[in-house]
Amino acid sequence: MTDATTTPSYKYKSASAKTGLSRRALLKTGAAAAAASALPAPMLWAQNIKDITITHIGQSYSTIPQIAEKANEDLDFEVVMQTAPDTTTHVNRLLTQPDTVDVTDMPNTNMKYFLGRGVLMPVPVSAYKYWDQTLSLFVDGTYPDGTAASLEGYAPIKSQYWKDESAQEFSLTPTDYLVGVPMYYNADTLGIRPDLIGRPIDSWGELLNPEFAGKVALQDGVSTGIADAAMALEALGEVTYVDKGNMTKAEIDATIEKLIEYKKAGQFRSFWSNFDQSVQLMASGEVELQSMWSPAVTEVRTRGIECTYQGMKEGYRGWYIMMSAMNHLEGLKRDCAIEYMNWVNAGWAGAFISRQGFYNSVPDNAKEFMTADEYGYWYEGKAAQGDILNPFGKVMEKAGATRDGGALWDRMGNIGIWNTLMDEDRYLVRQWQDFLSA
Amino acid sequence: MPAAQSAAPPHQRQVLSPKVASWLQVAPMAVIFTLMVLIPLAIIFVVSFLDYDFAQVFPELYLGSWVDLFTSQLTLNLYALTFKFVAIVWVVTFVLGFCIAYFLSFHVRSGALRLLLMAAIAIPFWTSGPIRMVSWVPLLGREGLINQALMGLHLTSEPVTWLMYSEFAVLVAYINLLTMPMVAAMANSMAKIPHSVIQAAKDAGASEGQIIRDIIFPLIKPGIAIGSIFVVTAVMGDVFIVKQMSGSQVNTVGMSIVTELNAFMYPPAAAKSIVLLVIVLSIVGLLLRFADIRKELQK
Repeated sequence: MTDATTTPSYKYKSASAKTGLSRRALLKTGAAAAAASALPAPMLWAQNIKDITITHIGQSYSTIPQIAEKANEDLDFEVVMQTAPDTTTHVNRLLTQPDTVDVTDMPNTNMKYFLGRGVLMPVPVSAYKYWDQTLSLFVDGTYPDGTAASLEGYAPIKSQYWKDESAQEFSLTPTDYLVGVPMYYNADTLGIRPDLIGRPIDSWGELLNPEFAGKVALQDGVSTGIADAAMALEALGEVTYVDKGNMTKAEIDATIEKLIEYKKAGQFRSFWSNFDQSVQLMASGEVELQSMWSPAVTEVRTRGIECTYQGMKEGYRGWYIMMSAMNHLEGLKRDCAIEYMNWVNAGWAGAFISRQGFYNSVPDNAKEFMTADEYGYWYEGKAAQGDILNPFGKVMEKAGATRDGGALWDRMGNIGIWNTLMDEDRYLVRQWQDFLSA
Repeated sequence: MPAAQSAAPPHQRQVLSPKVASWLQVAPMAVIFTLMVLIPLAIIFVVSFLDYDFAQVFPELYLGSWVDLFTSQLTLNLYALTFKFVAIVWVVTFVLGFCIAYFLSFHVRSGALRLLLMAAIAIPFWTSGPIRMVSWVPLLGREGLINQALMGLHLTSEPVTWLMYSEFAVLVAYINLLTMPMVAAMANSMAKIPHSVIQAAKDAGASEGQIIRDIIFPLIKPGIAIGSIFVVTAVMGDVFIVKQMSGSQVNTVGMSIVTELNAFMYPPAAAKSIVLLVIVLSIVGLLLRFADIRKELQK
């Protein structure tokens, strides 16, 4: 962790440092109870907190060893991270063995699978410290200027609140119970190899331009692939949608029919299903244009290959990951789980993930753990003063570079569609197979 | 069982009739088979008749999964492609496998060299599956070795794109993977043919072609059947190679099941799995008519 020296130490540490005692040391001396009242937040560490283990299950983008290490350094209970190899395994584990998990982070598009299951814990707004510092995009679904954010696709607000404590139904308007704590989000767009294309690309429609036949890739997986394709088809005016993030059966039919035509004409080189594949397709020159994740673009660039990632005129495809706790938690363990969820957004982890190109839901906290130059580059669209390092200390941008697409709100303020799980998912999955078979 | 035996006094052991003894002997396997195979299969069968949505299966009768399976063009497409893969891979691995096994068994005279060459066939398997799949890109890709050679020789001006992320690429990977089991099964059968028989045929004036047709082929039928079972089940059950090599653009029966499982749609996936299982078992049953595995193992 090369950045560790440039970032302030974690708040809790400095708080206990002021008293000259670490919390662990207090427990060892057995004077915890007496000292507790003299320190803030005594409730959590007055008891046998060091025996508590919180199991966090996520995927490779969230369960990063460096973050686990830092969490264990900052918190007095143990945090164990487990990485699910894919979304299917992840969701299955949560649905079928919820008791083996304490905390998890998931794309909000998965939340529909948890409706009425009683697996997730309603997180009381009052237990989450940073709700008032959280961006309004998640709190009430609006941009900072007060305008409503796009609701096409599975917008964050669609599964942010439980209607009541029973956690059975979502509410579109704020309540006292969160489905999860907002974690990371981003605006995805097309990754482009400018050296191979040699002209500006400014529309999703280019994905289906015959000029690039055999040189574009779609994201594999029904819900992401269809969102990318819908952006392109709508841009070209070939299909019109009421809500392309939640299509009707007729819209699905029209979309699949068009996609089959394009596939038969050899438009698609490949579909990619994970980070490495998308990097490999782009870096090897197999593909010149494809929908990508920001860190994958970063990875291509770290290899010295030009790859741009600017916004398209139709907007970005937004996505959002939140952290939820499981419903079986109670007592001290429940408190620890909530404490951990608070820690995740207290800044250090948010800064770490920001250096990968994602955004954190409490930028004010992440800012404290980033240099002004880093924050300027990642969040404010400013030119880098010095080299910009990735979270693992590797130089990824030289001084003078600016982030593609500019500042946070230039990107997140222009969402054309959110990642999606449609109401007609069953019909879509069936029709999508006709597309794959064509 | 051991507890029952130790509890019984030694002189009473004879009381156990041979029939009961055999039942007891098969009991452990029968229990495992019932618990781990038959019951799960029965559950899968039941699930295929249920209604579903968003990772839930409802206990309501729904025949849609089966109706779609038996009436849709998709099913035809999926099986047409899957069988096309099976047929091409089987023919190519059979020809390659036979030639290599024949050469190793009857033309390589030194036993040590034969062993060394056999081991060399396994070299591609020294590395993991994912790495092997990625390694095809530098060979078959747009900027891969083959395209560079073709363009260097001015045979093409544009890179040939059907080499990678295509049905062709899937076939190449299958053949690369499945030739070895075919060679091994056939070479194993050939090793059991006494050289004296070949010698006698030669002495009687038989040509090499006659020896292959009239002696070797009939005697290696079990090897062919076992190798074929390996190839057929591997291709029909594969989802990994087809996904990697086609860039998810080719849909086989296995891929279709995976797509549905990934979308948490269990009933249609269950229906497809059962049909696939029945088909694969029928093919295996058919192939086993050519090979008496029990006899093979006894030799």
